[in-house]
Amino acid sequence: MIDLTKKHKDIPGFIFINLVRLIFGFLVLLLFLILGKIFIEGIGVISFEFIFDEPRNNMTEGGIFPAIFGTVAVTLIMVLMAVPLGVCSAIYLNEYAKDTFFTRIIRTSVNNLAGVPSIVFGLFGLGFFILFIGQGIDEVLETGLLFGQPALIWASSTLAVLVLPIVIVSTLEALNSVPKSHRDASYGLGATKWQTVKNVVLPQARPGILTGTILAISRGAGETAPILFLGAAFFLPNLPVTDLCIGDYCIPMINPAKQFMYLAYHIFILATQSANPTKTLPLQYGSTLVLITLTFLLNITAILFRYRFRKILGKL
Amino acid sequence: MTPNNQESDFFNKAANSNYGKKIRKSTRVKEGFIKFFFAVNGAMALVFIILIFVFLFKEGFKALEHIGLIDFIFLDRPEFDGTVNRVYEWYPTSEEPRYSLIPLLLGTLLTALPATIISTIFGVAAGIYLSEIANPKFKEFLKPLIELFAGIPTVVLGFIMLVIGASFFNELLHPANRLNAFIAALGLSFVIIPVIASLTEDALHSIPNELRMASYGLGATKWQTITRVILPAAFSGVSASIILGFGRAIGETMIVLMASGNAANITSSIFNSVRTMTATIAAEMGEVSQGSDHYYALFFIGIVLFTITFFLNLIAEVIINKMRKKNTF
Amino acid sequence: MKETKILTEKLSLFYSEKQALKDISLEIPEKRVTAFIGPSGCGKSTFLRVLNRMNDLIDNVRIEGKVYVDGVDIYERNIDVVNLRKSIGMVFQKANLFPKTIFENLVYGPRINGINDKKALDEIVETTLHQAAIWDEVKDRLNENALSLSGGQQQRLCIARALAVKPEIILMDEPASALDPISTAKIEELIHDLKKKYTIVIVTHNMQQAARVSDNTAFFYLGELIEYDRTTKIFTNPSIKQTEDYVTGRFG
Repeated sequence: MIDLTKKHKDIPGFIFINLVRLIFGFLVLLLFLILGKIFIEGIGVISFEFIFDEPRNNMTEGGIFPAIFGTVAVTLIMVLMAVPLGVCSAIYLNEYAKDTFFTRIIRTSVNNLAGVPSIVFGLFGLGFFILFIGQGIDEVLETGLLFGQPALIWASSTLAVLVLPIVIVSTLEALNSVPKSHRDASYGLGATKWQTVKNVVLPQARPGILTGTILAISRGAGETAPILFLGAAFFLPNLPVTDLCIGDYCIPMINPAKQFMYLAYHIFILATQSANPTKTLPLQYGSTLVLITLTFLLNITAILFRYRFRKILGKL
Repeated sequence: MTPNNQESDFFNKAANSNYGKKIRKSTRVKEGFIKFFFAVNGAMALVFIILIFVFLFKEGFKALEHIGLIDFIFLDRPEFDGTVNRVYEWYPTSEEPRYSLIPLLLGTLLTALPATIISTIFGVAAGIYLSEIANPKFKEFLKPLIELFAGIPTVVLGFIMLVIGASFFNELLHPANRLNAFIAALGLSFVIIPVIASLTEDALHSIPNELRMASYGLGATKWQTITRVILPAAFSGVSASIILGFGRAIGETMIVLMASGNAANITSSIFNSVRTMTATIAAEMGEVSQGSDHYYALFFIGIVLFTITFFLNLIAEVIINKMRKKNTF
Repeated sequence: MKETKILTEKLSLFYSEKQALKDISLEIPEKRVTAFIGPSGCGKSTFLRVLNRMNDLIDNVRIEGKVYVDGVDIYERNIDVVNLRKSIGMVFQKANLFPKTIFENLVYGPRINGINDKKALDEIVETTLHQAAIWDEVKDRLNENALSLSGGQQQRLCIARALAVKPEIILMDEPASALDPISTAKIEELIHDLKKKYTIVIVTHNMQQAARVSDNTAFFYLGELIEYDRTTKIFTNPSIKQTEDYVTGRFG
């Protein structure tokens, strides 16, 4: 019998496993250092005024409200476009499609779309949405040069294409997690496929779809490159809003044909092109803190949601 | 043997009852429309890829009408002393516009390659940690941490490298330029490490536990099991993740725009400022007039970028699909 | 009377609060085949895994009592689990060959022990494949993917792989349950040959197999050892009624 009491010396294993632990710990530390630095430098600037006021004095004073508003407006319209399209795509892929060459190509396209560089989306937005669709609309409606130029709607459309894979993948995961037995039960009772999808599958998949939506918003809010020449501006005197008047009653509505300020873009310009970098540095940190807080809150919400959602399924 | 009249009773029933009508009533038409509706939606991802192709090429190929293909590589400039100087420069706004993509390609590689190398080391290590070493209860909490890392907007990472990273490394290493390929590569790593870590963890985790049991049962240590059984078995998944990470590094815009120095030089030192293809499009598109040669040239760069990342993604996908077919567990 | 190879004293196992094994005391003789039988979930596989400390790999598992191999308490603090597992081989319910060549699968064990000399490895491969009665079938295919073999061949290859680290004890957890009758018969023949050199403990839910193959049989029920005796006695004249009910098929 081998002498069992002699300890098996595994020096390389000891070294490497602890090295791996160190590396991981280092990454986590780095994450907290970055967040911490942004928080410390930026928190001093955050105030009610900062969030809700307009920028003044060449961006050296005031607040970033228009940038926040623009971000919300653009991502809102983006979600209205991307989520229905993405959910329906996922429904097709998971519930209706058979494993043919055609469906495999579609799945490949979804993965490929996820890997397209963000600046290429910007070019696509310019070449397709602005020059082709936008100018096309202008010609047909004879509105001059209204839609054929950088505008909120085109930024939203381009971002919608960019986040489409996120929505599709999240929805696919949600649909997949509905057990086959539930579908079988529905068919056994004589329901059609659409009835089954609508009444059995989709309701159970709702949390997953919500997760996907939140992740898409977070991604859209953080992107800068696609919207660089699709309508983002550093300073605009007015919000992209116009009044929709019916008789005497006017409601302010988001005007999709206008340009907009965007938080991520604002940070970029402040950091690289501000006239007075020393004065704007606190504002840069402040704006960054707001953006990071926004995206992190969204991401954490999505993660918690998915965690609870998976836990509930696990218990089933 | 059923007597004939009984048989005909059975079939006669069908002619008179409503049952036949009931089970024949067709939902097929309505369901067919619904299926078609979803199929159209499903095809949209493919449609968009095709549209991107088409509209990039539509504007980008016009560049070839005005600027020759050769001009995208070099320009032969006749000198005063009669010799001809072959120039590889990107300088579209000068009197003698030069459109060589070589400095831009070099810039992209000089940032993307170091970033991918660093990220592979850290990312695969993180993936191994999450999949094989971390306490499973901890893992629930740690994997989202990596996702949070991935959720940092790239403009914020560019900002951090610009404001903090550049100064820090300037003190430490005294590089030739304060903003350079190295700083940009570091910034890129923050984006790519989560990509590689996450995909590596998925690949390792999907290796069935039976293999680990077999290895331990033969008296192997944990590290031996990881390096000799699990990693080799997950090799294609890990490779695919590295390829995808590389593709991401090539396509990143904001970090390189803010941190790489934006000088379209040809250099082999990562401590010099460089200009990547992505940063070029981002920086110059806002200032070109539509329809000018410069404008078309930028779209041409877009074509090159899109083609490279398209093929990298395709290769990664093929690897993953082959892996799925081979793993007949 | 053969010497004792493995001895357990009041061995209990707990998954968190739930007790899965209750006070199991038994002696396993060397160079014999001992079978563990009992209905599903009775703890026989769990007990098998106690013997080579595979349960250590599961969270929240607690052991009480003692397990001795060749007189050594294997749960003592300074015992090296890795070495322990080298001396006790295990064959699992479903063949779990690595996605490598047949040759690479076999030499995995020797390699992690530091044996890298090609001649020595070739010798080990030939010896173990002969011992597992599969040499003729694979001798020309050593560089092919091990997963290309049939289910029965894969399982015999797993046995060869376990033999390659030269254990003295071989634990088998329902080794033939996923195989067809012909492959099963080949494995049972193999066990019969192997017991001349190795101590074999086999878990099986197939009572006829236990009767065919083993010298001693232990009947487990709900985590307890009900009866342990020579196989012939267990199957023809068991002392405890519960054993009799099980082997005659009244429950299980």
